[in-house]
Amino acid sequence: MRKLVFTLLCCLSLAAYAVPDPALVRQLAAEESDDKIAAIQKLALTAEPEALEVLQQLADGTLKDDKGEDITINNRVRRELEGALAVLKLIDPDVTVRFKAVKEIATNVEAAMAPMLAKARDRESEPKIRALLVEIHALATLKDADPKIRLAAANSLATSADPNTKAVLKAQSEPANEADVEVRRAAFRSYLAVKDRLTLAETLGRIFSGLSLGSILLLAALGLAITYGVMGVINMAHGELLMIGAYATYVIQSLFRTHFPAQLDWYLLAAVPVAFFAAAAVGVLLERTVIRWLYGRALETLLATWGLSLMLIQAARVIFGAQNVEVANPSWMSGGLEILPSIVLPLNRIVIVGFALFVLMLVWVLMNRTRLGMFVRAVTQNRAMAGCVGVPTGRIDTVAFALGAGIAGLGGVALSQIANVGPDMGQGYIVDSFMVVVLGGVGQLAGAVWAALGLGIVTKFIESWAGAVIAKIVVLVFIIMFIQKRPQGLFALKGRFVES
Amino acid sequence: MKRTPFIVRFFGATPKRGWIAIAIAAAITLVLLPALHLLVPAGSPFHVSAYVITLVGKIMCYAIVAVAMDLIWGYTGILSLGHGLFFALGGYAFGMYLMRQIGRDGSYQSDLPDFMVFLDWKALPWYWTGSDSILWVLILVLVVPALVALIFGFFAFRSRIKGVYFSIITQAMVFAAMLFFFRNETGFGGNNGFTDFKRILGYSITAPETRVALFALTAAMLLATLVLGRYLVTSKLGRVLAAIRDAESRVMFIGYNPLYYKLFIWTLSALLCGIAGALYVPQVGIINPGEMSPANSIEIAIWVAVGGRATLIGPVLGAFIVNLAKSFFTVAFPEYWLFFLGALFVGVTLWLPDGVVGLWRKLRDKRKQGSAA
Repeated sequence: MRKLVFTLLCCLSLAAYAVPDPALVRQLAAEESDDKIAAIQKLALTAEPEALEVLQQLADGTLKDDKGEDITINNRVRRELEGALAVLKLIDPDVTVRFKAVKEIATNVEAAMAPMLAKARDRESEPKIRALLVEIHALATLKDADPKIRLAAANSLATSADPNTKAVLKAQSEPANEADVEVRRAAFRSYLAVKDRLTLAETLGRIFSGLSLGSILLLAALGLAITYGVMGVINMAHGELLMIGAYATYVIQSLFRTHFPAQLDWYLLAAVPVAFFAAAAVGVLLERTVIRWLYGRALETLLATWGLSLMLIQAARVIFGAQNVEVANPSWMSGGLEILPSIVLPLNRIVIVGFALFVLMLVWVLMNRTRLGMFVRAVTQNRAMAGCVGVPTGRIDTVAFALGAGIAGLGGVALSQIANVGPDMGQGYIVDSFMVVVLGGVGQLAGAVWAALGLGIVTKFIESWAGAVIAKIVVLVFIIMFIQKRPQGLFALKGRFVES
Repeated sequence: MKRTPFIVRFFGATPKRGWIAIAIAAAITLVLLPALHLLVPAGSPFHVSAYVITLVGKIMCYAIVAVAMDLIWGYTGILSLGHGLFFALGGYAFGMYLMRQIGRDGSYQSDLPDFMVFLDWKALPWYWTGSDSILWVLILVLVVPALVALIFGFFAFRSRIKGVYFSIITQAMVFAAMLFFFRNETGFGGNNGFTDFKRILGYSITAPETRVALFALTAAMLLATLVLGRYLVTSKLGRVLAAIRDAESRVMFIGYNPLYYKLFIWTLSALLCGIAGALYVPQVGIINPGEMSPANSIEIAIWVAVGGRATLIGPVLGAFIVNLAKSFFTVAFPEYWLFFLGALFVGVTLWLPDGVVGLWRKLRDKRKQGSAA
């Protein structure tokens, strides 16, 4: 097959236009595999898009013979066919097909391919594919007989950011594989350059996924921080408010699908306020019916809200079914930003990081620049005193709870874009978000932000060398140790407090 | 002044009425039910089926856990949402012994437990050493949960983590442990945990006699736990614990260090849970990481709350009420079980803070007042 690839690449420059020879096409239906292979090779040699089409049909099993029956092929023929297709695709008019073909060939580069790759490279107009072809060409010439050419190739590969190239350069820098000292040195220098670039890219990628996890944690924890700060109770149904936000997103998506299919891409914008108010409404309901009556009994509130969360989960199961529902990324959020060949930042996560910042800003303004925010902070710091100077603490409780729940709903919108939406999706978040609150310190926005992002990034880094489970355990142990040193969290409110 | 001997204080803590109740309970669980199961033929209306024996045996294990939970929550005011961990650790420790008792009767006919053969392990990991000895395993059942509790409790209580902080951290602890046990590499059967037990001490584990023996052992353990609990809560230690619950700062100002009191009752509670877990596994025939799910641990709290906190009989009643309801609902109306359980959490905390025992006391007082007037 290599030989075939080789011959085919030789022919890339022959650009004679002709429809595929009918006799050759007929020969594809021959009884003998050898005859079929000969026909495939001859067809491929024409290097014509039409020939490519015929071969593609043969590979798909849709090509018919004279009698209108499907032509079947065995594994040996299929292998030949695939090789032929890969090389022919390098000249395909469709950019995406060419791109795929280059990627495919990159995994199997031979020194003999060098001249052909050079020709394909010179034909190529798309800069992205051209850059790839340049690199593959250099990889091919790295095995050239002439040390000078090898040296040039080794030097030019220093700009690569491909893990595969790194491995090839490493091998080339060893005496067993490379006789020439100069080339070895150059290969090693290039290897170090590629390695550094890759390490940097990996680190950046990890920081980014940490930020992304951190922003989800932040969205989940912001609301909890407010309710815990104001009322001193943990709302165990907080995760279920995330779930309500996510299901609200799903409902809006379905509405857009049936009523405004043309604007489907913008359903997410409509989902944001709907999710906020849906979750806030449920939050008010919980506060007015249950939590209010348990004032001052924090542990009982824990149990009661846990019961509420069970009921909410079961309600979601009854209404939407126990299976996960499908929430799709809008088209403007799918895809990714390729900062290096080995690292792609998914667009949906970038949007979520931005969204978290946006929510954070809103909350900050609300808490620090409005009268309501001042009341909330006052009740957080000293409920009795706030009540004495005329802050309606009962009403502030309800508003704060609605706000916290609404923010959780917003978190649900974000979560629906990167995770499964199902009845028990919120269960895992209560512990994590509480950890953020504990770490950051109660009643502190800045603390919550640092804690969320810090926890996110640290978790991702530990995950990369120890796995997700160990990372969770390490983070938990770390937090317990941390509380030993600073029970009041990273950022403590200034002032004097009496333990109740 | 000469102190009353410990033995007198220990057994004297339970009043005469308590001993009568214990005697009746012992007669039922140690004599009557086993006899009805073993001696009365299956067709008879008086026959107690294997299902009932297993169910009641299982719930009695839960009741031990509930009493242990009550000691730490009802009497000391520390709500643990991670007691499932100690229960499961005891269960896993004893499960190791049961796995070794399978011998070569597993699907792979190997000396190693099936899941290890499946993972292509060649030898037992070091922590399985001695797991074929019942004595060593019983030591593990007692020591491992207690030790984990001791270490965790020491750090948590020393830094005065309390209230909801402590509750959430225990939940995080049990959650992390669950993830840890889910891993195959941990060496405890991963997802599937331990199951397919064949023998215990050489006796078939499914034989009616074995089942009844385990049942009676569980009942005896439960009654012993109650006697121990009565002694503890009426002792001086118990009063310090109640004082910590009601006003920890004042206890400190008077000169007590709450750390050691909390640590003692916390560790004891974990130890009792471990024993309950070890009794639970051979009766139910399976232990897997699901036992460590945070939802299971928090359910323990609701048993105690339903029965009545800071009473000893309450948790036992609560464990029976909730778990019988669970057995009924999950068969009859599976979709409504979570609604019921959720409503129970909300309803009990809102309207029944002292549980059914509190309700009964209230009704009794009212009737007394009525008859007096």
